[in-house]
Amino acid sequence: MTAFFRIVWIVVKKDITVEVRSFELLSTTVFFAITVVLMFSFSLVVEGRPVQEVAPAILWIAIAFSGTLALGRTFERERQNDTLRALLLAPADRPAIYVGKLVGILLLLMLVEIVLVPLVGLFFNAPIFAEPVRLAITLAAGSLGFCAVGTLFAAMLVRARSRDVLLPIMLYPMTVPVMIAGVRGTAALLQPTPDLAIAQFWLGLLGAFDVVFVILALWTFDPVMTD
Amino acid sequence: MTRSTVVMLALAAGMFAMAPFVIDAAPNEATMGLVYKIYFFHMPSAWMFLTAAVVAGVASFRLLFLKRPRAEHWVTAAAELAVLFGAFTLVTGPLWARKAWGVWWVWDARLTSSLMLFMIFVAYTLLKKYGGPGSDKLGAGLALFGMANVPFVYWSVNVWRTLHPKTSVIPSLEPGMRGPFWFCFLAFMLLFTLVLILRTDLEKRRSELDALYLAEEG
Repeated sequence: MTAFFRIVWIVVKKDITVEVRSFELLSTTVFFAITVVLMFSFSLVVEGRPVQEVAPAILWIAIAFSGTLALGRTFERERQNDTLRALLLAPADRPAIYVGKLVGILLLLMLVEIVLVPLVGLFFNAPIFAEPVRLAITLAAGSLGFCAVGTLFAAMLVRARSRDVLLPIMLYPMTVPVMIAGVRGTAALLQPTPDLAIAQFWLGLLGAFDVVFVILALWTFDPVMTD
Repeated sequence: MTRSTVVMLALAAGMFAMAPFVIDAAPNEATMGLVYKIYFFHMPSAWMFLTAAVVAGVASFRLLFLKRPRAEHWVTAAAELAVLFGAFTLVTGPLWARKAWGVWWVWDARLTSSLMLFMIFVAYTLLKKYGGPGSDKLGAGLALFGMANVPFVYWSVNVWRTLHPKTSVIPSLEPGMRGPFWFCFLAFMLLFTLVLILRTDLEKRRSELDALYLAEEG
Protein backbone atom coordinates (compact mmCIF):
# COMPACT_ATOMS: atom_id res chain seq x y z
CA MET A 1 0.00 0.00 0.00
CA THR A 2 2.86 2.38 0.81
CA ALA A 3 4.42 1.51 -2.56
CA PHE A 4 1.14 2.47 -4.21
CA PHE A 5 1.07 5.89 -2.57
CA ARG A 6 4.77 6.41 -3.25
CA ILE A 7 4.11 5.99 -6.98
CA VAL A 8 1.09 8.29 -6.75
CA TRP A 9 3.27 10.91 -5.08
CA ILE A 10 6.04 10.52 -7.67
CA VAL A 11 3.57 11.04 -10.54
CA VAL A 12 1.98 14.03 -8.79
CA LYS A 13 5.41 15.52 -8.02
CA LYS A 14 6.44 15.10 -11.65
CA ASP A 15 3.31 16.93 -12.87
CA ILE A 16 3.77 19.70 -10.30
CA THR A 17 7.44 20.15 -11.26
CA VAL A 18 6.60 20.37 -14.95
CA GLU A 19 3.82 22.85 -14.22
CA VAL A 20 5.85 25.03 -11.83
CA ARG A 21 8.54 25.43 -14.49
CA SER A 22 6.15 26.68 -17.17
CA PHE A 23 2.87 27.71 -15.48
CA GLU A 24 1.38 27.01 -18.89
CA LEU A 25 -1.64 24.96 -17.80
CA LEU A 26 -2.54 26.94 -14.72
CA SER A 27 -2.31 30.37 -16.32
CA THR A 28 -4.17 29.42 -19.51
CA THR A 29 -6.89 27.44 -17.71
CA VAL A 30 -7.53 30.16 -15.10
CA PHE A 31 -7.74 32.79 -17.81
CA PHE A 32 -10.05 30.57 -19.87
CA ALA A 33 -12.32 30.08 -16.85
CA ILE A 34 -12.47 33.84 -16.29
CA THR A 35 -13.38 34.33 -19.96
CA VAL A 36 -16.20 31.77 -19.69
CA VAL A 37 -17.67 33.55 -16.66
CA LEU A 38 -17.38 36.89 -18.46
CA MET A 39 -19.15 35.49 -21.53
CA PHE A 40 -21.98 34.33 -19.31
CA SER A 41 -22.21 37.62 -17.46
CA PHE A 42 -22.45 39.51 -20.74
CA SER A 43 -25.11 37.20 -22.14
CA LEU A 44 -27.18 36.80 -18.95
CA VAL A 45 -27.27 40.36 -17.65
CA VAL A 46 -30.74 41.79 -18.29
CA GLU A 47 -31.34 45.54 -17.89
CA GLY A 48 -27.97 46.06 -16.27
CA ARG A 49 -28.58 43.46 -13.54
CA PRO A 50 -27.61 39.81 -13.35
CA VAL A 51 -30.40 37.26 -13.66
CA GLN A 52 -31.15 35.72 -10.27
CA GLU A 53 -30.11 32.20 -9.30
CA VAL A 54 -27.86 31.49 -12.26
CA ALA A 55 -24.64 31.61 -10.24
CA PRO A 56 -24.40 27.84 -9.46
CA ALA A 57 -25.10 26.90 -13.08
CA ILE A 58 -22.44 29.26 -14.42
CA LEU A 59 -19.95 28.13 -11.81
CA TRP A 60 -20.36 24.48 -12.75
CA ILE A 61 -20.37 25.08 -16.49
CA ALA A 62 -17.14 27.05 -16.11
CA ILE A 63 -15.68 24.18 -14.06
CA ALA A 64 -16.72 21.61 -16.68
CA PHE A 65 -15.35 23.68 -19.58
CA SER A 66 -12.03 24.52 -17.97
CA GLY A 67 -11.75 20.97 -16.61
CA THR A 68 -12.13 19.57 -20.14
CA LEU A 69 -9.53 22.00 -21.41
CA ALA A 70 -7.10 21.14 -18.60
CA LEU A 71 -7.59 17.39 -19.17
CA GLY A 72 -6.95 17.75 -22.88
CA ARG A 73 -3.84 19.89 -22.35
CA THR A 74 -2.39 17.67 -19.63
CA PHE A 75 -2.49 14.60 -21.81
CA GLU A 76 -1.42 16.53 -24.90
CA ARG A 77 1.73 17.32 -22.95
CA GLU A 78 2.18 13.61 -22.18
CA ARG A 79 1.65 12.77 -25.83
CA GLN A 80 4.15 15.16 -27.40
CA ASN A 81 7.25 13.19 -26.44
CA ASP A 82 5.34 9.96 -25.90
CA THR A 83 5.98 10.31 -22.18
CA LEU A 84 2.70 8.59 -21.34
CA ARG A 85 4.09 5.43 -22.89
CA ALA A 86 7.22 5.83 -20.78
CA LEU A 87 5.04 6.30 -17.71
CA LEU A 88 3.07 3.15 -18.53
CA LEU A 89 6.27 1.18 -19.16
CA ALA A 90 7.59 2.09 -15.72
CA PRO A 91 7.51 -0.85 -13.27
CA ALA A 92 4.59 0.65 -11.39
CA ASP A 93 0.98 -0.25 -10.74
CA ARG A 94 -1.23 1.16 -13.49
CA PRO A 95 -3.93 2.23 -11.01
CA ALA A 96 -1.28 4.19 -9.09
CA ILE A 97 -0.34 6.06 -12.27
CA TYR A 98 -4.02 6.79 -12.86
CA VAL A 99 -4.46 8.11 -9.31
CA GLY A 100 -1.33 10.23 -9.72
CA LYS A 101 -2.65 11.87 -12.88
CA LEU A 102 -6.07 12.27 -11.25
CA VAL A 103 -4.63 14.03 -8.20
CA GLY A 104 -2.59 16.35 -10.44
CA ILE A 105 -5.60 17.40 -12.50
CA LEU A 106 -7.77 17.69 -9.38
CA LEU A 107 -5.21 20.05 -7.76
CA LEU A 108 -5.15 22.16 -10.92
CA LEU A 109 -8.95 22.34 -11.09
CA MET A 110 -9.18 23.28 -7.41
CA LEU A 111 -6.75 26.16 -7.97
CA VAL A 112 -8.95 27.29 -10.86
CA GLU A 113 -12.01 27.07 -8.61
CA ILE A 114 -10.34 29.28 -5.99
CA VAL A 115 -10.34 32.04 -8.63
CA LEU A 116 -13.66 31.07 -10.15
CA VAL A 117 -15.87 31.03 -7.03
CA PRO A 118 -15.16 34.60 -5.84
CA LEU A 119 -15.53 35.81 -9.42
CA VAL A 120 -18.98 34.26 -9.79
CA GLY A 121 -19.92 35.56 -6.32
CA LEU A 122 -18.86 39.05 -7.37
CA PHE A 123 -20.60 39.15 -10.76
CA PHE A 124 -23.83 37.41 -9.75
CA ASN A 125 -24.21 38.60 -6.16
CA ALA A 126 -23.96 35.08 -4.73
CA PRO A 127 -23.36 34.74 -0.96
CA ILE A 128 -20.32 32.48 -1.27
CA PHE A 129 -19.24 33.01 2.33
CA ALA A 130 -22.56 31.90 3.87
CA GLU A 131 -21.47 28.24 4.07
CA PRO A 132 -17.83 28.24 2.93
CA VAL A 133 -16.88 24.79 4.24
CA ARG A 134 -19.88 22.99 2.77
CA LEU A 135 -19.44 24.84 -0.51
CA ALA A 136 -15.79 23.75 -0.66
CA ILE A 137 -16.72 20.12 0.09
CA THR A 138 -19.46 20.13 -2.58
CA LEU A 139 -17.05 21.61 -5.13
CA ALA A 140 -14.36 19.09 -4.22
CA ALA A 141 -16.75 16.13 -4.45
CA GLY A 142 -18.11 17.32 -7.80
CA SER A 143 -14.65 17.98 -9.20
CA LEU A 144 -13.49 14.54 -8.09
CA GLY A 145 -16.37 12.84 -9.94
CA PHE A 146 -15.74 14.92 -13.04
CA CYS A 147 -11.96 14.38 -13.02
CA ALA A 148 -12.20 10.65 -12.20
CA VAL A 149 -14.07 9.99 -15.45
CA GLY A 150 -12.22 12.74 -17.32
CA THR A 151 -8.74 11.45 -16.47
CA LEU A 152 -9.62 7.96 -17.66
CA PHE A 153 -11.19 9.15 -20.91
CA ALA A 154 -8.45 11.68 -21.67
CA ALA A 155 -5.80 9.00 -21.07
CA MET A 156 -7.69 6.57 -23.31
CA LEU A 157 -7.96 9.18 -26.06
CA VAL A 158 -4.27 10.10 -26.11
CA ARG A 159 -3.61 8.12 -29.27
CA ALA A 160 -7.02 8.55 -30.86
CA ARG A 161 -7.80 10.84 -33.76
CA SER A 162 -10.18 13.82 -33.22
CA ARG A 163 -9.52 13.54 -29.47
CA ASP A 164 -10.23 17.23 -28.87
CA VAL A 165 -13.88 16.85 -29.77
CA LEU A 166 -14.29 13.25 -28.63
CA LEU A 167 -13.33 14.04 -25.03
CA PRO A 168 -16.29 16.36 -24.28
CA ILE A 169 -18.62 14.16 -26.37
CA MET A 170 -17.80 11.19 -24.14
CA LEU A 171 -17.31 13.04 -20.89
CA TYR A 172 -20.36 15.30 -20.67
CA PRO A 173 -23.15 12.69 -20.97
CA MET A 174 -21.32 10.51 -18.45
CA THR A 175 -20.96 13.29 -15.89
CA VAL A 176 -24.48 14.68 -16.14
CA PRO A 177 -25.32 13.20 -12.71
CA VAL A 178 -22.32 15.02 -11.23
CA MET A 179 -23.43 18.26 -12.87
CA ILE A 180 -27.02 17.94 -11.64
CA ALA A 181 -26.00 17.09 -8.09
CA GLY A 182 -23.28 19.77 -8.08
CA VAL A 183 -25.54 22.54 -9.35
CA ARG A 184 -28.48 21.59 -7.08
CA GLY A 185 -26.22 21.25 -4.04
CA THR A 186 -24.47 24.56 -4.71
CA ALA A 187 -27.80 26.27 -5.36
CA ALA A 188 -29.09 25.08 -1.98
CA LEU A 189 -26.00 26.59 -0.32
CA LEU A 190 -26.16 29.89 -2.21
CA GLN A 191 -29.82 30.62 -1.39
CA PRO A 192 -30.52 33.68 0.80
CA THR A 193 -31.14 31.17 3.61
CA PRO A 194 -29.04 28.06 2.89
CA ASP A 195 -31.02 24.80 2.86
CA LEU A 196 -28.57 22.46 4.57
CA ALA A 197 -30.73 19.32 4.38
CA ILE A 198 -31.02 19.53 0.58
CA ALA A 199 -27.34 20.40 0.21
CA GLN A 200 -26.51 17.38 2.33
CA PHE A 201 -28.68 15.10 0.17
CA TRP A 202 -26.98 16.17 -3.06
CA LEU A 203 -23.56 15.93 -1.44
CA GLY A 204 -24.37 12.35 -0.47
CA LEU A 205 -25.34 11.62 -4.05
CA LEU A 206 -22.10 13.19 -5.29
CA GLY A 207 -20.21 10.99 -2.85
CA ALA A 208 -21.95 7.87 -4.19
CA PHE A 209 -21.17 8.85 -7.79
CA ASP A 210 -17.54 9.53 -6.82
CA VAL A 211 -17.17 6.09 -5.28
CA VAL A 212 -18.73 4.35 -8.32
CA PHE A 213 -16.79 6.36 -10.89
CA VAL A 214 -13.41 6.13 -9.13
CA ILE A 215 -13.69 2.37 -8.58
CA LEU A 216 -14.83 1.78 -12.16
CA ALA A 217 -12.02 3.96 -13.53
CA LEU A 218 -9.36 2.28 -11.38
CA TRP A 219 -10.64 -1.01 -12.62
CA THR A 220 -10.74 -0.17 -16.35
CA PHE A 221 -7.55 1.91 -16.55
CA ASP A 222 -5.19 -1.07 -16.74
CA PRO A 223 -6.91 -3.14 -19.50
CA VAL A 224 -7.79 -0.04 -21.54
CA MET A 225 -4.24 1.34 -21.51
CA THR A 226 -2.65 -2.00 -22.45
CA ASP A 227 -1.67 -2.20 -26.11
CA MET B 1 -27.48 -15.85 -43.34
CA THR B 2 -28.10 -19.21 -41.75
CA ARG B 3 -31.40 -21.04 -41.90
CA SER B 4 -32.33 -20.01 -38.35
CA THR B 5 -31.87 -16.30 -39.13
CA VAL B 6 -34.05 -16.65 -42.24
CA VAL B 7 -36.78 -18.23 -40.13
CA MET B 8 -36.43 -15.48 -37.53
CA LEU B 9 -36.58 -12.84 -40.25
CA ALA B 10 -39.77 -14.29 -41.69
CA LEU B 11 -41.31 -14.57 -38.23
CA ALA B 12 -40.34 -11.02 -37.24
CA ALA B 13 -41.64 -9.62 -40.54
CA GLY B 14 -44.91 -11.48 -40.07
CA MET B 15 -45.31 -10.28 -36.50
CA PHE B 16 -44.60 -6.65 -37.38
CA ALA B 17 -47.10 -6.88 -40.26
CA MET B 18 -49.69 -8.23 -37.82
CA ALA B 19 -48.87 -5.82 -34.99
CA PRO B 20 -51.10 -2.93 -36.20
CA PHE B 21 -54.14 -5.25 -36.27
CA VAL B 22 -53.36 -6.69 -32.85
CA ILE B 23 -52.91 -3.22 -31.40
CA ASP B 24 -56.10 -2.04 -33.10
CA ALA B 25 -58.02 -4.88 -31.47
CA ALA B 26 -56.83 -3.93 -27.96
CA PRO B 27 -59.38 -2.02 -25.88
CA ASN B 28 -59.05 1.76 -25.48
CA GLU B 29 -57.80 3.08 -22.18
CA ALA B 30 -60.37 4.82 -19.96
CA THR B 31 -58.80 8.29 -19.68
CA MET B 32 -56.44 8.51 -22.66
CA GLY B 33 -58.43 6.51 -25.21
CA LEU B 34 -56.51 5.71 -28.36
CA VAL B 35 -53.39 7.69 -27.48
CA TYR B 36 -52.00 5.17 -25.01
CA LYS B 37 -51.54 2.61 -27.79
CA ILE B 38 -48.14 4.04 -28.71
CA TYR B 39 -47.13 2.31 -25.49
CA PHE B 40 -47.14 -1.00 -27.38
CA PHE B 41 -44.15 0.24 -29.38
CA HIS B 42 -42.62 2.59 -26.83
CA MET B 43 -42.23 0.10 -24.01
CA PRO B 44 -40.67 -2.74 -26.07
CA SER B 45 -38.29 -0.21 -27.70
CA ALA B 46 -37.25 1.06 -24.29
CA TRP B 47 -36.66 -2.49 -23.08
CA MET B 48 -34.60 -3.38 -26.13
CA PHE B 49 -32.69 -0.11 -25.65
CA LEU B 50 -31.72 -1.17 -22.13
CA THR B 51 -31.02 -4.75 -23.23
CA ALA B 52 -28.69 -3.45 -25.94
CA ALA B 53 -26.89 -1.33 -23.35
CA VAL B 54 -26.48 -4.35 -21.07
CA VAL B 55 -25.27 -6.58 -23.95
CA ALA B 56 -22.74 -3.89 -24.94
CA GLY B 57 -21.60 -3.63 -21.34
CA VAL B 58 -21.21 -7.38 -20.82
CA ALA B 59 -19.36 -7.75 -24.14
CA SER B 60 -17.07 -4.85 -23.14
CA PHE B 61 -16.35 -6.58 -19.88
CA ARG B 62 -15.41 -9.74 -21.77
CA LEU B 63 -13.20 -7.76 -24.14
CA LEU B 64 -11.38 -5.75 -21.47
CA PHE B 65 -11.07 -8.14 -18.56
CA LEU B 66 -11.28 -11.62 -20.07
CA LYS B 67 -9.27 -10.61 -23.18
CA ARG B 68 -11.75 -12.03 -25.69
CA PRO B 69 -11.03 -10.02 -28.84
CA ARG B 70 -14.15 -11.33 -30.60
CA ALA B 71 -16.36 -9.71 -27.97
CA GLU B 72 -15.57 -6.45 -29.76
CA HIS B 73 -17.97 -7.38 -32.58
CA TRP B 74 -20.75 -7.78 -30.04
CA VAL B 75 -19.98 -4.41 -28.48
CA THR B 76 -20.19 -2.69 -31.86
CA ALA B 77 -23.43 -4.41 -32.83
CA ALA B 78 -25.11 -3.87 -29.47
CA ALA B 79 -24.03 -0.23 -29.25
CA GLU B 80 -25.50 0.51 -32.67
CA LEU B 81 -28.73 -1.21 -31.64
CA ALA B 82 -28.78 0.90 -28.48
CA VAL B 83 -28.66 3.99 -30.69
CA LEU B 84 -31.44 2.60 -32.92
CA PHE B 85 -33.84 1.53 -30.17
CA GLY B 86 -32.89 4.56 -28.11
CA ALA B 87 -34.01 6.72 -31.02
CA PHE B 88 -37.33 4.78 -31.23
CA THR B 89 -37.85 5.29 -27.51
CA LEU B 90 -37.00 8.97 -27.56
CA VAL B 91 -39.30 9.62 -30.55
CA THR B 92 -42.33 7.62 -29.38
CA GLY B 93 -42.05 8.91 -25.79
CA PRO B 94 -42.56 12.62 -26.57
CA LEU B 95 -45.37 11.76 -29.03
CA TRP B 96 -47.26 10.22 -26.14
CA ALA B 97 -46.18 12.85 -23.63
CA ARG B 98 -47.57 15.65 -25.82
CA LYS B 99 -51.06 14.16 -25.48
CA ALA B 100 -50.80 12.81 -21.94
CA TRP B 101 -48.88 15.61 -20.19
CA GLY B 102 -49.42 18.42 -22.70
CA VAL B 103 -45.69 18.90 -23.29
CA TRP B 104 -43.18 17.17 -25.56
CA TRP B 105 -40.46 16.87 -22.99
CA VAL B 106 -39.96 17.27 -19.25
CA TRP B 107 -36.65 17.10 -17.43
CA ASP B 108 -37.80 14.18 -15.39
CA ALA B 109 -35.24 11.74 -14.02
CA ARG B 110 -36.09 8.82 -16.26
CA LEU B 111 -36.31 10.88 -19.44
CA THR B 112 -33.06 12.63 -18.63
CA SER B 113 -31.19 9.44 -17.85
CA SER B 114 -32.51 7.69 -20.99
CA LEU B 115 -31.32 10.64 -23.05
CA MET B 116 -27.94 10.44 -21.30
CA LEU B 117 -27.61 6.74 -22.08
CA PHE B 118 -28.58 7.42 -25.69
CA MET B 119 -25.94 10.16 -25.90
CA ILE B 120 -23.29 7.80 -24.53
CA PHE B 121 -23.96 5.28 -27.28
CA VAL B 122 -24.04 8.00 -29.93
CA ALA B 123 -20.65 9.05 -28.56
CA TYR B 124 -19.57 5.43 -28.92
CA THR B 125 -20.49 5.30 -32.61
CA LEU B 126 -18.73 8.63 -33.20
CA LEU B 127 -15.67 7.31 -31.40
CA LYS B 128 -15.65 4.14 -33.49
CA LYS B 129 -16.04 6.09 -36.70
CA TYR B 130 -13.58 8.93 -36.10
CA GLY B 131 -11.34 7.67 -33.28
CA GLY B 132 -8.90 5.91 -35.58
CA PRO B 133 -6.88 2.84 -34.65
CA GLY B 134 -7.23 1.52 -31.13
CA SER B 135 -10.69 2.96 -30.64
CA ASP B 136 -12.25 -0.46 -30.04
CA LYS B 137 -10.85 -0.65 -26.51
CA LEU B 138 -11.74 2.96 -25.80
CA GLY B 139 -15.23 2.19 -27.01
CA ALA B 140 -15.44 -0.83 -24.74
CA GLY B 141 -14.42 1.36 -21.79
CA LEU B 142 -17.12 3.83 -22.74
CA ALA B 143 -19.75 1.10 -23.15
CA LEU B 144 -18.83 -0.31 -19.74
CA PHE B 145 -19.47 3.09 -18.18
CA GLY B 146 -22.66 3.21 -20.23
CA MET B 147 -23.86 -0.03 -18.66
CA ALA B 148 -23.11 1.34 -15.22
CA ASN B 149 -25.67 3.99 -16.11
CA VAL B 150 -28.48 1.48 -16.80
CA PRO B 151 -29.39 0.83 -13.14
CA PHE B 152 -29.57 4.59 -12.61
CA VAL B 153 -31.96 4.78 -15.56
CA TYR B 154 -34.13 1.96 -14.33
CA TRP B 155 -34.37 2.92 -10.68
CA SER B 156 -34.32 6.68 -11.04
CA VAL B 157 -38.08 6.76 -11.60
CA ASN B 158 -38.69 4.82 -8.41
CA VAL B 159 -36.33 6.93 -6.32
CA TRP B 160 -37.12 10.42 -7.57
CA ARG B 161 -40.67 11.68 -7.79
CA THR B 162 -41.62 11.99 -11.45
CA LEU B 163 -44.37 12.17 -14.03
CA HIS B 164 -43.31 9.04 -15.88
CA PRO B 165 -45.46 5.94 -15.28
CA LYS B 166 -43.80 3.57 -12.87
CA THR B 167 -42.23 0.30 -13.91
CA SER B 168 -44.98 -1.57 -12.09
CA VAL B 169 -47.42 -0.64 -14.87
CA ILE B 170 -47.16 -4.02 -16.66
CA PRO B 171 -48.90 -6.22 -14.04
CA SER B 172 -51.65 -3.59 -13.75
CA LEU B 173 -52.54 -3.84 -17.44
CA GLU B 174 -56.04 -5.00 -18.28
CA PRO B 175 -56.23 -8.55 -19.64
CA GLY B 176 -57.23 -7.25 -23.11
CA MET B 177 -54.15 -5.04 -23.21
CA ARG B 178 -51.74 -7.62 -21.90
CA GLY B 179 -51.96 -9.87 -24.99
CA PRO B 180 -51.07 -7.16 -27.54
CA PHE B 181 -48.33 -5.88 -25.22
CA TRP B 182 -46.55 -9.23 -25.01
CA PHE B 183 -47.11 -9.76 -28.74
CA CYS B 184 -45.32 -6.50 -29.54
CA PHE B 185 -42.69 -7.23 -26.94
CA LEU B 186 -41.94 -10.57 -28.57
CA ALA B 187 -41.82 -8.98 -32.03
CA PHE B 188 -39.30 -6.38 -30.85
CA MET B 189 -37.29 -9.01 -29.05
CA LEU B 190 -37.12 -11.11 -32.21
CA LEU B 191 -36.10 -8.11 -34.31
CA PHE B 192 -33.46 -7.17 -31.76
CA THR B 193 -31.94 -10.65 -31.59
CA LEU B 194 -31.97 -10.99 -35.36
CA VAL B 195 -30.26 -7.67 -36.05
CA LEU B 196 -27.78 -8.26 -33.23
CA ILE B 197 -26.74 -11.62 -34.69
CA LEU B 198 -26.50 -10.31 -38.24
CA ARG B 199 -24.62 -7.16 -37.28
CA THR B 200 -22.16 -9.11 -35.12
CA ASP B 201 -21.55 -11.51 -37.97
CA LEU B 202 -20.99 -8.62 -40.38
CA GLU B 203 -18.55 -7.01 -37.96
CA LYS B 204 -16.70 -10.31 -37.60
CA ARG B 205 -16.35 -10.64 -41.38
CA ARG B 206 -15.20 -7.03 -41.64
CA SER B 207 -12.43 -7.58 -39.09
CA GLU B 208 -11.42 -10.84 -40.82
CA LEU B 209 -11.17 -8.94 -44.08
CA ASP B 210 -9.06 -6.25 -42.41
CA ALA B 211 -6.75 -8.93 -41.03
CA LEU B 212 -6.40 -10.40 -44.54
CA TYR B 213 -5.54 -6.98 -46.00
CA LEU B 214 -2.95 -6.44 -43.28
CA ALA B 215 -1.42 -9.86 -43.92
CA GLU B 216 -1.28 -9.07 -47.64
CA GLU B 217 0.46 -5.72 -47.07
CA GLY B 218 2.80 -6.91 -44.32
